[in-house]
Amino acid sequence: MKPVKYSKYNESENQVTDEKIYRDRRQVLKSLGFVGASSILAPYAHGIDWFSSNKKTFETSPLKYQAASSIADTLTPEAKVISHNNFYEFGTAKNDPAENAQSFKVDPWTLEISGECEKPITLNYDDLFTTFDLQERIYRFRCVEAWSMVIPWIGFQLSELLKKVQPTSRAKYVAFETLFDPQQMPGQKSRRIGGGIDYPYVEGLRIDEAQNPLTLLSVGLYGKTLPPQNGAPIRLVVPWKYGFKSIKSIVKIKLVEKMPPTTWNILAPNEYGFYANVNPQVDHPRWSQASERRITTGGLLARNRVATLPFNGYGEQVAHLYKSMDLRKFY
Amino acid sequence: MSNQHKIWLLKLIIHLFSMGLISLTYFNALNDNLGADPVEAVLHFTGIGAINLLLLSLVISPLVRQWKLSWLMQVRRLLGLYAFFYALCHVLSFWAFEIQFNVSLFFEEIIERPYITVGLVSFMLLMALAITSWSKIKRKMGKSWQKLHNWVYLAITLAVIHFYWSVKSDLTEPLIYFIILVVLLSFRKNKFIRK
Repeated sequence: MKPVKYSKYNESENQVTDEKIYRDRRQVLKSLGFVGASSILAPYAHGIDWFSSNKKTFETSPLKYQAASSIADTLTPEAKVISHNNFYEFGTAKNDPAENAQSFKVDPWTLEISGECEKPITLNYDDLFTTFDLQERIYRFRCVEAWSMVIPWIGFQLSELLKKVQPTSRAKYVAFETLFDPQQMPGQKSRRIGGGIDYPYVEGLRIDEAQNPLTLLSVGLYGKTLPPQNGAPIRLVVPWKYGFKSIKSIVKIKLVEKMPPTTWNILAPNEYGFYANVNPQVDHPRWSQASERRITTGGLLARNRVATLPFNGYGEQVAHLYKSMDLRKFY
Repeated sequence: MSNQHKIWLLKLIIHLFSMGLISLTYFNALNDNLGADPVEAVLHFTGIGAINLLLLSLVISPLVRQWKLSWLMQVRRLLGLYAFFYALCHVLSFWAFEIQFNVSLFFEEIIERPYITVGLVSFMLLMALAITSWSKIKRKMGKSWQKLHNWVYLAITLAVIHFYWSVKSDLTEPLIYFIILVVLLSFRKNKFIRK
């Protein structure tokens, strides 16, 4: 495989590198303990502290990958990346997934790629890490709720996987599906815990979006395999779209002819579209999308509100995909 | 224990509880020890806290009537004032930490986002009630005081709507609040029917 030019895909804003956060694991663990202890205070924090001795923390393992050449932006500390998650299969509060997902089983795993393609394949757990060369990509991650993070993902381009299965001419869209396992995912068992969503969670991309070099299938972050709250063992990362497009814990990828249904669009079609491109000009009906709060270090007083960029700042790489489209209509 | 002692003790508990929790919350938030997004945590805590305290203040008069605990009336104002204090912290935190002093964005959000408008109306009602809660003013206002303070029912209803509207998809919690609210208002149905 040809080495990829990282500078093209990676973060390149002129902000200070926070190398310390990235490297100092002990500090991360320490602050994680604080997060655990202080979440007693958070309203409705239940049974907290998956960090403490009576509950086992999911074990991640180090990965071999080609590191991103430079870190240009302030990274969100690992402790925050893995404790502030929207993964309603494990509960709707931001700290629920980190609390409820620690015993999630990722091995064995089956990821089936099928549909309109010449060579459908099925990847098992080990295949996820060995079929393609892994590389690090540092992306901005913009949630539709108007907060954002900067995360060092590890994975491979979805385009490589697609190349392998050889889509037919009828493959116009790619549909994704999260694991459905109510035994392991309390949110799928109870509508109350799962926020009233009909599971399994489904997402989709247009084939050209899926083939864009930015679109990543991630199997790790911060140098290690993904923790379950971040979508272990494999998840999508589409950095120019709102976070809910980046579906977690994927078991099925299907090439299809028609635009596939997507979970949040089904739930509230006036608020969440199929495309969900980050767009400061198109507000959510209930809040502005013009700016966002960037979650890094710093407490309440951190001045972290930054302007939201069209396509989350990746317009150069993806704006051409939507050249003739009215992005107000196709939000 | 004399009633005076009971009042004194209950007031102390209310002070310790209300001030303690909010101080701890802000202390942890300032030190980045309140989850990944301390702003969201603080907004949620103060908002829900204000609603809880306001509902608690509305439990008092049914309790007094039912169990003839007239001394309990003496702590109602304190609960109401703390509800206002939490709401004030909620609004100020929204402006200072969420909006980060961006005046134009603040007004844009208030005008364009109905759930925020509703929340602000509720807050202004609470402010009017808090200002007129001084015994001196109460005495001066005579009968119109009770009339004004009946607006608390609108304030709490708007606050619960504000909560319901702000939630992304899981509506269980706001619905539980609605049920509690309806029960508390049903104790006062005579008040509404008479009008």
